[in-house]
Amino acid sequence: MSDLTKTLTRAELIEVYHQMVLIRRFEEKCKELYNARKIGGVYLHLYNGQEATGVGAIKALKPTDHVITAYRDHGIAIAKGADVKRVMAEMFGKRTGVSGGKGGSMHIADVSVRMWGGYAIVGGHLPLAAGIALKSKYNEDGEVVLCFVGDGATNNGYFHEALNLSAVWDLPVVWLIENNLYGMGTPVSVASGQPELHKRAIAYGMKDFGRVDGMDFFAVYEVAQQAVEYARAHGPALVESITYRYEGHGVSDRIYMKRVEEMQRFQQRDPLIVMENKLREMFPDIEPELAKVEPAVAAIIEEAVRFAEESPVPTAEDLTRHVYA
Amino acid sequence: MAEKNIPMREALRAALREEMLRDERVFVMGEEVGAWDGTHKVTRGFLDEFGERRVRDTPISEMAIVGAAVGAAMAGLRPVAEIMTINFAFLAFDALINHAAKVRYMFDGQFKVPMVVRAATGWGNQATATHSHTPEPIFAHFPGMYLGCPSTPADAKGMLKAAIRDDNPVLFTEVIALYPKPGLVPDDPDFVLPIGKGDIKRAGKDVTIVTYGRGVEWSLDAAEILAREGISCEVVDVRWLRPLDLPLIFESFKKTNRCVVVEESLPFYSFGSEIAAQLQEHMFDYMDAPIKRVSAMDVPLPYAKEIELMALPDAHKVVAAVKEII
Ligand SMILES: Cc1ncc(C[n+]2csc(CCOP(=O)(O)OP(=O)(O)O)c2C)c(N)n1
Ligand SMILES: [Mg+2]
Repeated sequence: MSDLTKTLTRAELIEVYHQMVLIRRFEEKCKELYNARKIGGVYLHLYNGQEATGVGAIKALKPTDHVITAYRDHGIAIAKGADVKRVMAEMFGKRTGVSGGKGGSMHIADVSVRMWGGYAIVGGHLPLAAGIALKSKYNEDGEVVLCFVGDGATNNGYFHEALNLSAVWDLPVVWLIENNLYGMGTPVSVASGQPELHKRAIAYGMKDFGRVDGMDFFAVYEVAQQAVEYARAHGPALVESITYRYEGHGVSDRIYMKRVEEMQRFQQRDPLIVMENKLREMFPDIEPELAKVEPAVAAIIEEAVRFAEESPVPTAEDLTRHVYA
Repeated sequence: MAEKNIPMREALRAALREEMLRDERVFVMGEEVGAWDGTHKVTRGFLDEFGERRVRDTPISEMAIVGAAVGAAMAGLRPVAEIMTINFAFLAFDALINHAAKVRYMFDGQFKVPMVVRAATGWGNQATATHSHTPEPIFAHFPGMYLGCPSTPADAKGMLKAAIRDDNPVLFTEVIALYPKPGLVPDDPDFVLPIGKGDIKRAGKDVTIVTYGRGVEWSLDAAEILAREGISCEVVDVRWLRPLDLPLIFESFKKTNRCVVVEESLPFYSFGSEIAAQLQEHMFDYMDAPIKRVSAMDVPLPYAKEIELMALPDAHKVVAAVKEII
């Protein structure tokens, strides 16, 4: 472990662990509620397995920095500080949801914490990230944008155009590729001519921060810190995090059911377990603090579900509101 | 010839498979069409049967999928490209409009583009604003490319085969909600329905309902309800937005002198606008009432079920529209 990661206090590290557990249990709850048809819709993309990447990278930001991502967005919104109750209410399609019940699972935004949203068109949010970073460059306000990018999203035009633009304009943006090995059922090796996705940076003349173990909070945090500070000072940076999603892409995902061994390999290095073990190593007397996390998380989730259930649904007025400014 | 009762997805699969067996040049490509069996299972089993040469999984690259299909078609192959849902065809809009639809004309007939782009269409189940488009009219705006959208399994088979055999580019949209719905489909491997030919789905004499795709179902349901009240509706399924079967619409209108247009999509610059304009231009003397349009509301679709349903057309909205002009 480097000196950088030692800059986090014990209390901060417990908070990080709490956040990762919170995201895991939130997603498990969402799955349960979706199966019980309390959460509707045809799309539910869960973040289980990827917690260390989201939490690690966001921990490297200042509160004034920005985050934007794709549709696999609940965990990232929570990591950026969105109110868990209001994220859950959005899952229920309630008026109190972060997006007023109009966005749903794939469109979780909370501008109050500079979470610019989840976007459901693959790659579509990348140029938006460039534009938000342009604002910071334009105003010289020193803020950085952290943009999460799926491995599958590296293959459409949005990716190319956004990364190139960020390079030619030296925009303060970190492109964090969450390589969970698949886009739907397609392995990276089948979809990408250069499967080492971080190497794309070289083609754009952008700083390449290489590959990082996305199951390990400390590894992600350390590289993310370097990348974020590089972006703040110089311009775009690219990081590839190797991670894994534990759930299928969607309900019709039969391929995922077949990947038992691969799944087990990653689950042995589950982000929560890796984190717990490191904490025990660092602080031999931490057990009582660790033990408090699950009950605290359970209470938060229970309260969030109650809030969502008791909240009102949107009205006819909401249907036509906000079409225009 | 024999017929089978199969869902639309199976009818499409049969059409595609038969055309691949019939013509070596026909191949499929798109996201998840191979190992995944197709997002909507239309290409189920194709990878095993035809192999990787003719069943090509692609990266998430709509622009390249359609653009490469145009090039392959110009060069003599007959690609059937799948765009997972029509929402993602916006990323391929330029390849469709500026190339697929233009190269023949622009180069004075030197090229043809015997390409089909299949795309699932339609809203529902809280898919939300970016994933709920039914934008057929936008794509049908441009000359040079055909657009078909079947409403029954038999139509799906006959229309898709026609599209694949035709030498023009065709955008073929398949309503997601109709994939599982069954209907009788001829086994005949040469069951081909001509491009641009509409179909009377129910005969009637009081009102003409002009529609396509999922609108057919709502219109037929509405016609059933209205029949009980003594109102007789003729349901015209145009099947193709381009070329549009105006003679069929006009013939029906001359009989009924009244028309309601039903569509799944948005009201502005729409299918309904076009039909209404055509009728008033060409059928003014036969017109006994204003043309009514039933469509989605002029808003992006929200997630929450309660308000999503408010925004969408259904059989009851068709019934109400008919009653306004009867
Ligand atoms: C432009 C576009 N094409 C296709 C889709 C359908 N789709 C949704 S998610 C997805 C896979 C994306 O994979 P990846 O970027 O690796 O993200 P992950 O789901 O693994 O987080 C696809 C193909 C889409 N939403 N948008
Ligand atoms: Mg992926």
